[in-house]
Amino acid sequence: MTEATGPERVRSAEQIELSVREAAAGVAPRNDAGRWAAKVDRLDVVQRDGVRGTNVAGRRLTGPVQGFGKMWQKTYRLTVGTAVTPEQAITTWKAHFPEFWPAGNRFAGALTGISPGDVALLDLAIGGGVKLSTGVFVLYADEEAFTLMTPQGHMFAGWITFSAERAGDTTTVQAQVLMRANDPLYEIAMTLGGHRKEDKFWVATLTALSQRLGVPDPKVETRSICVDSKRQWRHSSNVWHNSMVRSVLQTLAAPITGLGHLMRGSKRGMKSQPNG
Amino acid sequence: MDAQVVTMGVRHIGGDVAVVDIKGEVTAACEPVLMSAYEEAGGPGTSRLVLNFAGLEYMNSGGIGMLVTLLVRANRQRQQLAAYGLSDHYREIFELTRLDEAITIYDDEASALVGAAT
Repeated sequence: MTEATGPERVRSAEQIELSVREAAAGVAPRNDAGRWAAKVDRLDVVQRDGVRGTNVAGRRLTGPVQGFGKMWQKTYRLTVGTAVTPEQAITTWKAHFPEFWPAGNRFAGALTGISPGDVALLDLAIGGGVKLSTGVFVLYADEEAFTLMTPQGHMFAGWITFSAERAGDTTTVQAQVLMRANDPLYEIAMTLGGHRKEDKFWVATLTALSQRLGVPDPKVETRSICVDSKRQWRHSSNVWHNSMVRSVLQTLAAPITGLGHLMRGSKRGMKSQPNG
Repeated sequence: MDAQVVTMGVRHIGGDVAVVDIKGEVTAACEPVLMSAYEEAGGPGTSRLVLNFAGLEYMNSGGIGMLVTLLVRANRQRQQLAAYGLSDHYREIFELTRLDEAITIYDDEASALVGAAT
């Protein structure tokens, strides 16, 4: 993993007033209205089949500013050739997003695909038969990119942008994560193999996407940059929301909770029986 | 993706405040332009950097990510980052992404500069 102090770019002062493409060229200005999610303070959740769906409702979103650990920018990039346009790649990615995830992990989003403001529920395999229940929020989506943002308690605070672009005749797809581990426990976990696991996760995802797009021999290029090596100790209390700890506790408590539900159900059943 | 249209002019106000006037589209692709502006604006004497978004026409999620990178660089130099000129739409995006918790938003340049003095 590359640890650098951040991108250094040196340009002359004359280049500061730089217009990459003149506005006067007659190109209509782009409009981002409708591509961003509407503002939310806390997440509302629609329960979905096949996932536990805990640790998301009522949570706030967390960006890299709110996280605890070092800030990383991780980029996973793959060339998909000349036959697929960026729009086609992103349309496929949005429409079949859960199908590209590695086995054992589940993404339960809206049936309509990926749209700004959607909340998807996740069950992530963390080993020992335990699933980490968390979610993501669709922050932004257009024809060539979409971005997911994480809630409190997720492994990391930040966002993941999935995009595709054309350079010459060739289309490249990319997943880029800008993140800090959400709390000290996650920071330790990320250091002790979490980053490696995450890299494998996104490499597998991009490989699955590229196979769907018909790429015969996909090779994912991975690049990690430590944007900020400082930890934000003022956010160490994020650990209170830690979804990994809560998921473990929820798994351990599941038999008791299930028994409770069963007993309440049988009581209700007895009450509803007609008197003889 | 389309090439972006952006210009970023730098004005030094007093000895320790610099304003960056952003005009056009803010996307990840304009990072070199922003970082060049930062090189010009964020010299050793600058304690506060004010971003003027009055000319902002378009911003995507890559643009927000780039602002986070700028924030890290400014924090490293112990410089405050402020913004003004945001439309209601972009102010909401700052609030949604919780970037407003690190970049103080003002209604206009006068307020942003007064903020610089407090």
